[in-house]
Amino acid sequence: MDLVQKRIAGTIVLSPSGRIDHATAEEFKASLAPHVARCAAGQDRLVLDFTAIEYISSAGLRVLMLAAKQAKAQGGALAVAALQPIVREIFEISRFTLVMKVFTTLDEALAG
Amino acid sequence: MVVRFWGTRGSIPVAMTAAQVQRKLVAALTRAAGRPLDTPQKIREFVERELDFPVSHTFGGNSSCVQIDGGGREYLLCDLGSGVRVFGNHVQAAHGPSGHTFHVLMSHPHWDHVMGFPFFMPAYTEGNRIRIYGCHPRLSEVFRRQNAAPFFPVEYTRMSATIEFVQLEPERDYEINGARVRAKLQRHGGDSYGYRIEQHGKVVVYSTDSEHKQDDPAEVMGFVEFFKTADLVIFDSQYSLADAISIKEDWGHSSNVVGVELCQLARAKRLCLYHHEPIFDDERIAALLDETRRLEEITRADHRVEVTAAWDGLEIAL
Repeated sequence: MDLVQKRIAGTIVLSPSGRIDHATAEEFKASLAPHVARCAAGQDRLVLDFTAIEYISSAGLRVLMLAAKQAKAQGGALAVAALQPIVREIFEISRFTLVMKVFTTLDEALAG
Repeated sequence: MVVRFWGTRGSIPVAMTAAQVQRKLVAALTRAAGRPLDTPQKIREFVERELDFPVSHTFGGNSSCVQIDGGGREYLLCDLGSGVRVFGNHVQAAHGPSGHTFHVLMSHPHWDHVMGFPFFMPAYTEGNRIRIYGCHPRLSEVFRRQNAAPFFPVEYTRMSATIEFVQLEPERDYEINGARVRAKLQRHGGDSYGYRIEQHGKVVVYSTDSEHKQDDPAEVMGFVEFFKTADLVIFDSQYSLADAISIKEDWGHSSNVVGVELCQLARAKRLCLYHHEPIFDDERIAALLDETRRLEEITRADHRVEVTAAWDGLEIAL
């Protein structure tokens, strides 16, 4: 999965697109892995800009959870931003809004 | 085929508190204020038609027990949680104390799935026959030890019914009480087994106490095949997805989110949320059901899955 990457004031912003489901979750995980490995104390924060994500399944949410756990263990910070309404609902129903840092907009994530 | 739910609560039986009963009464009487509800008939109609489910009902508190009624004289059950006490009393009151045959498919021998058996009155009545099927070895020991000191005052040997244990193997078809039954290994501490039950052209899947990590496509597709085009999937949805893959990972339970996804992939007709979290009250379970229906709606492609939530006393005709 192609993760468009930008660096904005000490934050790495990754912008995946499309659907993260059972068919693409492993690819998403592999694309995310090198960035998560560098998400550690004293390094850039990592923000996933979900503007172009249409759908995420439990397999995709699991990848996010593992990434957040790894980043936390390394002393880094990982957040998700700009969820589309349907993806936002999936996050709420799965209670991911309670266990991950989720920002309404990318600007808020960058400020946070 | 009719599926009857005698126990739907996960992990441990629960009872409503006085405060919860009062909350229902206050809600019902508030809704009734100003209405001419001056006869029991009018009140009953008001309760049945106008009150929301968590006000007029309760999801109940007995632990796992489901009856699969294919229409024969003998009984087919899944699990022997505390719900089987109510089932046994019902059978004996309606059809007499003896002469019954019960076939029981055991998901696993954890406490909440076996605890009803010492209170299953037909087991103490001569002339009844109970056949307990399962994939775990030495299931009989579980029931003998449960009905013995120091756990219980009445010894297993005092059970006068004929009790037989039948060892099953997963991924094999068996004919049990006129139904075709296939067991599948599930991820749970000490293992659990789901059952796909087919009879008269209808398919029910009983899949409780099953954790789905969703990280192995082969495992996912194995469950999709197991649930394939089922008329009803009874699914362990005790945890939220976030809990199931974080603080409660490896605790052996699943979520409503995974239930919806697997049923969509399998093109199952109906998903029934089951093994409810014991700390959830009726309002919370009703809200969970609403959310799950919404999730199914917003993630639906070309196949609709009807979503319901089990409650003690629910009957689903297929």
